[in-house]
Amino acid sequence: MIISMQKPLEEILESLAGETNVYIVGCGECATVTQTGGEEQVAEMKARLEEAGKKVVATDVAHAACHELDMKRIFRQNKDAATAADAFLVLSCGAGAQSVREGTSKHVVPGTNSLFVGNVKRQMVFEEKCSLCGECLLDEYGTICPVTRCAKGILNGPCGGTNNGKCEVDSEKDCAWVLIYNQLKSEEKLDKFMTIHGPKRWNAVQRPGRIDGRAADEEKGAA
Amino acid sequence: MSKYREACASGKFVVSGEIGPPKGTDVEAMVHHIDLLKDLVDGLNVTDNQSAVMRLGSMAVSHEIVTRGGDAIYQVTCRDRNRLAIQNDLLSAHFLGIRNVLALTGDHVSVGDHKDAKEVYDFESVQLIQAIKRMNEGFDWAGNELQGATDFFIGAVVTPESDPIEPQKLKFEKKVAAGAQFFQTQAVYDMDNFQRFMEYARGVTEGKDVKIMAGLVVLTSVGMAKYMNKFVPGVFVPDDLLEEMASVPKEEALHKGMEICARHIRFCRDNKVCDGVHIMAIGKEEIVPDILRMAEII
Repeated sequence: MIISMQKPLEEILESLAGETNVYIVGCGECATVTQTGGEEQVAEMKARLEEAGKKVVATDVAHAACHELDMKRIFRQNKDAATAADAFLVLSCGAGAQSVREGTSKHVVPGTNSLFVGNVKRQMVFEEKCSLCGECLLDEYGTICPVTRCAKGILNGPCGGTNNGKCEVDSEKDCAWVLIYNQLKSEEKLDKFMTIHGPKRWNAVQRPGRIDGRAADEEKGAA
Repeated sequence: MSKYREACASGKFVVSGEIGPPKGTDVEAMVHHIDLLKDLVDGLNVTDNQSAVMRLGSMAVSHEIVTRGGDAIYQVTCRDRNRLAIQNDLLSAHFLGIRNVLALTGDHVSVGDHKDAKEVYDFESVQLIQAIKRMNEGFDWAGNELQGATDFFIGAVVTPESDPIEPQKLKFEKKVAAGAQFFQTQAVYDMDNFQRFMEYARGVTEGKDVKIMAGLVVLTSVGMAKYMNKFVPGVFVPDDLLEEMASVPKEEALHKGMEICARHIRFCRDNKVCDGVHIMAIGKEEIVPDILRMAEII
């Protein structure tokens, strides 16, 4: 799940300066769970923008704002509003905002900051556990990711900053290496801890990432 | 062979100090400290953007020490440079006559003065040790042959008071396996704890030529000692030392701290606890000669 946080209203209004007609887009997936761009937040934003003198020409909560074809379809269906809009305000992640970018040539304003790929611990509590590094090493580390959960992302054990099992960068966070040690010990796999890991292959995925799976699907279809 | 390496090889009790490069171009005090200490100790560490605070570089200062006839222990952290930059720096340092390297992961940028910087950690300490070893063998990290191998004496750090200690011990073992030839510890104050750690460490390094130096940070006041206990991970100042520091008037606290440091040096040397000491006076390098005299090193 992509964890996002709404930008302050002042920043949004500054981005929309000189523009009256606003089309608000939300997202039915991540931004709904994080309460940054679900139905409720889109309605709230509409009220706040109107209070600030804007005219909201339409609101839409896309099933998933990152789906570009869906986004284009939504704008075709709401052609009049999309034409009337001076700007689109997107209450979704940065992927969602750029999906809107593909659907209009007008000003697109991101209404949130995208923070991380997060696990949902409980309602409105999110933790980053995976950073989409392109080459999963979890099995080496008791399925506790040092790349993500160690503030330094180091691969061969704790730094000197472990503090009573917590991280010196943030005493609220567990030292990932203590978690990894305890997990591997409980599995009787401390030999894995002793493996010297080389540096990560940071280009396991060339950024920006792009996968075209169609050829593979066609091959499967032919077989 | 570098002087520091020679001292380590000789079997004598090895002593090093530390130079913290300034933030800016005024090097007068630093150069004074170098000249004051270079002939009294076997080597001088030069910190690399210590505590993630941007300063004059460790390579330039290490070179200055070597030029002035001392020996430098060039600290390299992995925080600010990727693997290309680090290997490039190592070749440059070698070109400048620097032969001892202390490989560190490096404090996180969030504790420093450029908190929004992107931290790198492409290598970390264990990998950096491996990389230096490969360069000594004539190859870069990617496996390309170097036109001339390096000849570095490879150092690392360990935190004997880390809490919990078990993962830290395993990392120490990995650093030994990766090729570390000498260690300087994080500051230690509890000599009983340190002796126990050294018994363990000697077991790990048995049959290997690995030297271990106790890291000694001079206490300057009881407040500083309490601060270290509270805020510096992996540092533990025991109650009896806190009481000892508190037992003297404020103006005598520094002298008391020097006495304690000298006592710990003698303890380590006379009981053959470790192979030497690394003395950190953190900006008060002018007191180091007196500590060395008090410890009968000079």
